Amino acid sequence: MTDPVTGLRATIRQVVPIPLDADLSCGPGEVLALVGPSGSGKSTLLRCIAGLHTPMEGRIECDGRTWFDAGSGANLSTARRRIGMVFQHYALFPHLSALENVLEGMDDPDGAGSRERGRELLRKVHLDGLEMRKPHQLSGGQQQRVAVARALAREPHALLLDEPFSAVDRSTREKLYGELAELRRELKMPVILVTHDLEEAVMLADRVSILSRGKTLQTGPPLQVMERPATVEVARLVGLRNVFEGRVLSHHRDRGTTVVEWNGRRLDVRLQEGFPAGARVAWSLPASGVLLMPRDRNAGGILDNIVEGTVGKMVTLGNRVRVPVRVHGATEALLTTTVPRHLAESYALAEGKTLSLRLRGGQIHLMPPDDGPHGPAGDSRSIA
Amino acid sequence: MDWTALSLSLQLASATMLVLLPIGVWAGRKLAWSRFRGKALVEALLALPLVLPPTVLGFYLLVAMGGATPLGRWYESLFGHQLTFSFQGLLVASLIFNLPFAVQPMQRAFEAIAPEVREAALCCGMSRLRLLRRVELPLAWPGVLSAMVLVFAHTLGEFGVVLMVGGGIPGKTRTIAIAIYDRVQAFDTAGAGIMSATLLLISMLAIGLSYLVTAPGGFRRHD
Repeated sequence: MTDPVTGLRATIRQVVPIPLDADLSCGPGEVLALVGPSGSGKSTLLRCIAGLHTPMEGRIECDGRTWFDAGSGANLSTARRRIGMVFQHYALFPHLSALENVLEGMDDPDGAGSRERGRELLRKVHLDGLEMRKPHQLSGGQQQRVAVARALAREPHALLLDEPFSAVDRSTREKLYGELAELRRELKMPVILVTHDLEEAVMLADRVSILSRGKTLQTGPPLQVMERPATVEVARLVGLRNVFEGRVLSHHRDRGTTVVEWNGRRLDVRLQEGFPAGARVAWSLPASGVLLMPRDRNAGGILDNIVEGTVGKMVTLGNRVRVPVRVHGATEALLTTTVPRHLAESYALAEGKTLSLRLRGGQIHLMPPDDGPHGPAGDSRSIA
Repeated sequence: MDWTALSLSLQLASATMLVLLPIGVWAGRKLAWSRFRGKALVEALLALPLVLPPTVLGFYLLVAMGGATPLGRWYESLFGHQLTFSFQGLLVASLIFNLPFAVQPMQRAFEAIAPEVREAALCCGMSRLRLLRRVELPLAWPGVLSAMVLVFAHTLGEFGVVLMVGGGIPGKTRTIAIAIYDRVQAFDTAGAGIMSATLLLISMLAIGLSYLVTAPGGFRRHD
């Protein structure tokens, strides 16, 4: 986590032009991904850190220096903040060569040794031999690499990446992911990556911060955020389809289970004593925690909850099939699971067929029920 | 051929161009990127010389710069001669009626620069001056150049304003456009013809030059 002296810390609040309510911290060498649907304010947050947008309230500090403080009126200009920024469409200087673009990123572009350092930076991003090319003579991926080299040329105290992979095709993107993962091992400064792609964040970031409507909802290691969302809104945003409401019945420390009443039945779930018996809760379960019942009906484990339902309209996604199952019970809840295509065929899954499912209680995660100020959970758009 | 008139015209055109270059760059950038109260009004006022009859503009300038106004008196007390019917007076008038020709193409050129490119320059730590020198001017220069060519050609050919404010005094305020008119009045069609052909040639050269450097496929630095 962030040391109080080094790294980047930002508290940003404003009401207009778009509401922001964010707290972030990013340590030296750490990659923090700001993830949210488009319009969630993540790019504006990045612009606040860069000094390209001045928020109404807040404080931004980097390596012990105050970049912005609404209280004291301190507001360092962009040019003096020592940031490296990679823009979504790279914003290279179109009239300058790759090398000249990198040189412009340096404090003293005309200084002795600058050109050699520029070449070295371009070598580092695998662009040796293309130093004299103008941006329009480079492919999208090559332009992105020039932008990264230019951002690093300043030896920035913070590296800011604004959707740096969104403007290239998929195969180039995969390659660039690898290169960034490799490059980041050498980076000593905080790196903030803005993306709408949760998968990308999981691959590249040490921590992710989930944003919606300008508010940072939850920050933590990617898998933790995805499997243990703090709220129903986060659960929806990270793409969890199986989110339901129930009531806590009892806790059993000896067995390591909590019993939840749902849809007229009892579910054994991982022990989560944060919610008292009798409390209403929301619970989520990743699609990977919903399994087809093996033909040998006795194979269920201790935390397996067996439910029956009717298969709904299936969707084939490549070699996987998304199967919605309408669970028999009081409220006809709709569970979703994803199974490999061959399994769907061997089980002869078809719409209208009755099916038994195992819900893996170990993966069931409890959250406060969703009656917060943000309205029904269905409002949030998924970013996964 | 009235060489004095031609030389005076070329001097006036060059001086107008040189003075309007920084003013046009400043105003063009400002109008392209800043939002301020009354911007639409400023833009409308700037465009006024485009539609106003030159004699009308010349009349108002003549009145405004004459010895009866504070401006005229102030100028006279400072330099010992009146502003109207002098080269300096012509230059002031020329600057005013050429403003839209200088500012508008430059404004369009600066508007065409992507905002992120300028933001990227700030993120690179560039000073305002370096930003102007290394990024803005190189990207906007076709627009800046065509503005300058327009101003030059337009000043050479201006008649109404120049006659109203300058009075066409030989060797002092008689530009080549006025000299052509005088030749025709004196039934010297041959003399008028030679001078007209000279102006035509200069204008064609100027326009040709600006097309050569700014047209796609021509010589352009960021290709």
